[in-house]
Amino acid sequence: MAHIQLKNITKKFGAHTALKGLDLEIQDGEFFVLLGQTGAGKTTTLRLISGLETPTEGDILIDGVDVGPWGAAERDVALVLQQYSLYPRYTVRENLEFPLKAKIRRLERAEIDERVNRVAKTLRIEHLLDRKTDRLSGGEMQRVSIGRAIVRKPRVFLMDEPLSALDAKLREALRTELKNLQVNLGATFLFVTHDQIEAMSMGDKIGVLNEGHLVQVGTPNEIYNNPLNTFVARSVGSPPMNLIEGELRSGKAVMTQKNFELPFTGATGTSAAEGDRPLVFGIRPEDLHLEAGAPVEAKVHDVENHGVEKILTLRVGDIMLRATVPARTDVALEDAVRFAWNPNKVVLFDRASGVSLRHAG
Amino acid sequence: MATAVMTTLDQRTRAASRGMSDISIRNLFIIPTILFLIVFNIFPLLYSLYYSFTDFRASTNAPANFVGLQNYRELLNDPFIWSNFAITAQYVIVSVTGQVLVGFGVAMLLNRDIPFKGLITTLLLLPMMLSMAVVGLFWKLLYDPSWGVINYALGLGNFEWLANPKMALYAVAITDIWMWSPFVMLLSLAGLSAVPKHLYEAAAIDRAGSFYTFFRITLPLVAPILMIAIIFRTMEAFKTFDLAYILTSQPTTEVISIRLYKMAFQEWQTGRSCALAYIVLIMVIAITNIYVKYLNKVKER
Repeated sequence: MAHIQLKNITKKFGAHTALKGLDLEIQDGEFFVLLGQTGAGKTTTLRLISGLETPTEGDILIDGVDVGPWGAAERDVALVLQQYSLYPRYTVRENLEFPLKAKIRRLERAEIDERVNRVAKTLRIEHLLDRKTDRLSGGEMQRVSIGRAIVRKPRVFLMDEPLSALDAKLREALRTELKNLQVNLGATFLFVTHDQIEAMSMGDKIGVLNEGHLVQVGTPNEIYNNPLNTFVARSVGSPPMNLIEGELRSGKAVMTQKNFELPFTGATGTSAAEGDRPLVFGIRPEDLHLEAGAPVEAKVHDVENHGVEKILTLRVGDIMLRATVPARTDVALEDAVRFAWNPNKVVLFDRASGVSLRHAG
Repeated sequence: MATAVMTTLDQRTRAASRGMSDISIRNLFIIPTILFLIVFNIFPLLYSLYYSFTDFRASTNAPANFVGLQNYRELLNDPFIWSNFAITAQYVIVSVTGQVLVGFGVAMLLNRDIPFKGLITTLLLLPMMLSMAVVGLFWKLLYDPSWGVINYALGLGNFEWLANPKMALYAVAITDIWMWSPFVMLLSLAGLSAVPKHLYEAAAIDRAGSFYTFFRITLPLVAPILMIAIIFRTMEAFKTFDLAYILTSQPTTEVISIRLYKMAFQEWQTGRSCALAYIVLIMVIAITNIYVKYLNKVKER
């Protein structure tokens, strides 16, 4: 159980800068999710904390102690990788025992057995204990590799996309299991993923990483409802936030491309945005609704039925908007519908910088 | 079936214009090879099997008399032959063990990012590419007691490497180790570089020490390919002739193939030596089979 702090971390691989001036703080017992695309520097961050890589610049602190000169063993972290990294030729039990038999801390046989059995029970892999690891399915392998991490009771759990090689059903199940596990252990988790659903559903806090920069850190709620800029708005949410270019003129949002208007009752800090300032309006799909007397007319371009709800793609001129509507809404392709938005939920971004006006102040 | 596959000879080719079919071209290539194999390998193999049951001597005109298993019976009851086998076994063990230790050790050293790795590896492979006879002659000079480089470098004075009956076999083994360690190194290097890096990282995270990592991860994963190197080297060492023959003529270095050579071409006991050759053949096959069985077991694990 530990508190982790990264201070002004820069990591270069030759000419390529993977991380630039990264500051990150993870509280004790927190489930922190690092969200970003491939190449954003997520894995590098993880490897730096684990001690497998050393930063070009900056300090890493675990529980307030600078662990810069420490190797992976001394840092007492556990790392679960996407490719499982199980030791081949050994049984599940031998894999689970491996970290307990390493030289730093030799445990009593009885203690080892007890811990292995408890972990196997937690992860429901008891029946697999005597099986060779190459005879396991993907989900089973990932459980074993998570088990190998827990069995040692490390200070921090680092997980590098542990679920992305699994099929959807299993991913969902393990997502819940992992979250429960973290709550039960009260452990500090740093979980790296490119999947925003994983980030939203598991994280206490999410850090959005883009090209080596930490763009925004916040609770899933903050990230979702109050994205710092259009990048975050696009990366979180499925379907993502609708972003429409426009201007604000006398309490109305005027969309420049197709000249449709929506009422906009100014929220905080929007008075400065009045007039010619180029803006981007962000609205979540669930905050668009269809209504008979609504101000804007659109054509239904596409319908995706998800059972609990329908995701519509609406076409206004050449602008496409996604809207999530109740499943019982009865629409067909090319129907003409009218829609409105929930003005309180609209996020304004500066068009040039992409930064949300709420954050820019 | 072959005709069905091979009937499409392009009509424009020169061979076709000379009236040759695909089959006749195929035969043109294969038949000489098969004939060659029969004349130089299969026929002598079978003919020597026949001789091994006779008292034939190639140096006389006396007809070969069939003597049944007498040659085999006498050979297997001959204590001198058994001491030749014991010498061979000792040689095989020393030489192969040395090669595995040196070869695998060097491979471990090379299996990291070092400058000029490719060049170093290539240079290390050179001994393997030399001819056995040349290596033997070189090392005979190196081992020379009065002006050999080895005694000079090690400050051993006039130490007798090859004339000392106790040392001679080891001297031959050392030469063999020098020559063939690169072979083991090459195969080990292939095995080592095939161990996924993330396993080492996982072991580091799991706080395994370097010895533990080596015995629990590296060695088990390299074992199959190392076994193949050992099989090859054992077979080769078992039939060593040139090195030992060139370097020294001590009775303590008379490995089985030298005994065989002497029996066949100095004592002209052709029938008996054929029988001995068959005994050696059966032994090599037996040892190899044991290894292969073990190898398969290692692979299954």
